[in-house]
Amino acid sequence: MDDFEQFKSTFFAECSELLADLENDLELLQGEFYDKETLNSIFRAVHSIKAGAGAFQFKALVKFSHAFEALLDLLRNDEIPVVEAVVTVLFHASDVLAQMIELARDGQEPESGYGAETLAELDAIRFTARPADAAASANAASPDAALSNGEDAPDGMTTFLIKFLPRAEMFQHANEPLLLVREMAQLGQLSATPSLDRLPDLDTIDPEQAYLSWDFVLKAACSIQDVEEVFEFVVDDAELTIEIEKSEAPAAIEVTEESALPAGVESKNADTRSGRPAQVSSIRVDLDRIDRLVNMVGELVITQSMLSQQTNDMPEERFVPVVRGLEELALHTRELQESVMAIRMQPVKSVFARMPRLVRELATQLSKKVRLEISGENTEVDKTVVEEISDPITHMIRNSLDHGLETPEERIAAGKPEEGVITLSAEHRSGRILIVIRDDGKGINREVVLRKARERGIVAPEQNLSNEEIDNLIFAAGFSTADAVTDVSGRGVGMDVVKRNVQSLGGRINIQSTPGAGTSFTMMLPLTLAVMDGMIVAVGGEKYVLPITAIVECLRPQREALSRLPNGLELVQVRGEYIPLVYLCRAFRLNGGIQNPSEGLVVLVDSDRFGRIGIVVDELLGQQQVVIKSLEANYDPVPGLSGATILGNGRVAAILDVEGLCEDSGTDLGSAASIQGASRAHEVATSQNETREASQ
Amino acid sequence: MTELQVKEATVGYPTSQGAASGVGGAEYRQFVSFTVGQEEYAVDIMQVREIKGWTEVTVLPNQPPYMRGVLNLRGLIVPIIDLRCRFGQTRTEATASHVVVIVALGDRIVGVLVDMVSDILTVNTQDIRAVPDMESRDIQDFLVGIVSANERMVAILAIERLTNTRALTDAAAASVAA
Repeated sequence: MDDFEQFKSTFFAECSELLADLENDLELLQGEFYDKETLNSIFRAVHSIKAGAGAFQFKALVKFSHAFEALLDLLRNDEIPVVEAVVTVLFHASDVLAQMIELARDGQEPESGYGAETLAELDAIRFTARPADAAASANAASPDAALSNGEDAPDGMTTFLIKFLPRAEMFQHANEPLLLVREMAQLGQLSATPSLDRLPDLDTIDPEQAYLSWDFVLKAACSIQDVEEVFEFVVDDAELTIEIEKSEAPAAIEVTEESALPAGVESKNADTRSGRPAQVSSIRVDLDRIDRLVNMVGELVITQSMLSQQTNDMPEERFVPVVRGLEELALHTRELQESVMAIRMQPVKSVFARMPRLVRELATQLSKKVRLEISGENTEVDKTVVEEISDPITHMIRNSLDHGLETPEERIAAGKPEEGVITLSAEHRSGRILIVIRDDGKGINREVVLRKARERGIVAPEQNLSNEEIDNLIFAAGFSTADAVTDVSGRGVGMDVVKRNVQSLGGRINIQSTPGAGTSFTMMLPLTLAVMDGMIVAVGGEKYVLPITAIVECLRPQREALSRLPNGLELVQVRGEYIPLVYLCRAFRLNGGIQNPSEGLVVLVDSDRFGRIGIVVDELLGQQQVVIKSLEANYDPVPGLSGATILGNGRVAAILDVEGLCEDSGTDLGSAASIQGASRAHEVATSQNETREASQ
Repeated sequence: MTELQVKEATVGYPTSQGAASGVGGAEYRQFVSFTVGQEEYAVDIMQVREIKGWTEVTVLPNQPPYMRGVLNLRGLIVPIIDLRCRFGQTRTEATASHVVVIVALGDRIVGVLVDMVSDILTVNTQDIRAVPDMESRDIQDFLVGIVSANERMVAILAIERLTNTRALTDAAAASVAA
């Protein structure tokens, strides 16, 4: 049973890939640059889904995908022209298909009649082109009968003689003849004669081998292709002959390993109908396994760097082979690390490919004319990052369409082309990925933005903001300029969520806007979530890692720049701005550690909830790329830490969580100015002192 | 094969299995025993991943005193618990001759700092006695039973209770209250 579940989950994993491909190809169909292969690949995707669904008895899915496939078959045989209306139906059908697969995965049956409308649309197109099919479909014993190729007997019944000789290893490929027999029995009247010729004696029998073979006689109202389809997945594992019984000149088709082609398919489309994927240049690997590999390579890198540190002091001339060997090792490990990281890398294409559809649908909804230009879709990032960028990009594109681009009338009035352009691009830049979303719309209306922000109390009435600051207000929580809440955007949960998502990935987002000429969003993201640029800081003999993305600047303040509020909260003045200080040694109750910021260093960081904060540390030890590891895997979450990493010396160093640190620092930074907050902070600080005394 | 194992087990030799069924329904389990001061404790051998010498750990902030920190075990970040300290005594003055027993608790891996590993015991489960009432309930909570081996008393540890989150919070609360 477990095996079965496993096959099932593989099937659904495949389905989601197939659906993605399907969507992709349908997009191509929309443009002018599709060829026969596009149609073939669409057909293959639907066909594979149907075949899998059949094996797992998802009847509704089979029925629907069959109709879908039948239409596609006509399209690729040029019997129906690929026109806009047809493509639209295909899109609907792919939605329905996706929905049905989802239901099947959750173990639910679609409501009766679900997708019936789309099914009817599919059939309508098909039957308009091929009225004969309608009749065939109407009187067919099964939906598989729809493909009639004119070789049927007058009464619509054909008699097939099928010889089926499984090879010994058939079972090892997870094929089961009984399922084939059942499937054939659904096509029509079936009689089977097993042959026991190959059956060995009981003492030599290997239960994992196939010994039986069969002769079938099938009377059914279907074409030879339908029969071949039953055996589609076993043609490699068996000798198979399918013949049509006719008094004169039987049309025989040998299906062997070399010619797994059903009749009627041109040989240049050799892979179109076979269940085998067109290319087997990739394998499916569990992410856990890759993670384990990445871990081990990380260890190797650490060991290697430890070794080379040890040998640095050795007199080189005396240990030439050792030193040489270590240099080699360093090269190889670096290459190994890069290749391992590359395994997890995927092109952003899978996310970008969803956008044209979004744009098309939104444009229709908003009655705007838009062209989406995509570039750099083959830029690769870590799989986890690919999964995480989909939402922010979707959101920003919606935003550009809804708020950025004008209506065609407005555009013409402004002397612009009627059709707006949104560009979505990706590129690698200095070890990170840069994603830019640009529109040529009206830009940000700073007056409106500022007014709204004042209305909502995000900006104080007397505060003056630079243009850039006003633009960035759209990332403020609860901000929306849309006058009416629409389906598309305007609920006020939007760009602030985007910003938070991007930041949680260790990235940054910027906006540039020119009134009348458009807006562009620039997202800088790390290529991987497994590795991070960190600043190693030392406090009281301990080392911690601060994410570089959080750091704004580092400084050693003058004594005069420091001040202290009555409540004990310390502040540092930086260019006229007062920034609260958090002492790492106090927050973490470390012994030692510099207590005077003018002797140590202040690292200014941006926190989401508390604004800019100065973290007081002893010294900076340098910048380094670190592999992020979870503390929670074997222990409980520790406030103020987001994870841990392993430094070059093999020791663990904790990664600081700026938000958590501020929250946990014992000083109430959120209401730094209010006396109430101050006294509370004082209380917490006192109780901490008491605790420390008590524990000593 | 099974018979052979049973024979070995009954005469007290370690078997390759952690537990083996003996005659008359007797079951044998194996334990790794180690000492902390004068006391001897044991954990089920199947839970023990490896045993390694003490190396400096990285201290985590604001943790109870028995939580010594974390160390790098071939890429895994493993928390280390000071057993002496966990039982309410002072922290162990750890040196290179002290030993960390790495145990697996389900998905989690933790290290336990002890003085030294002493033996591998094969014990008839029927010989495991209940923990007698002790003055410290704390310690009692961490034990699942007591056996005697070569006239020594060995307490079998319930490792999972040493680290559970509730105990951590309780301990933290207690230290604040004090």
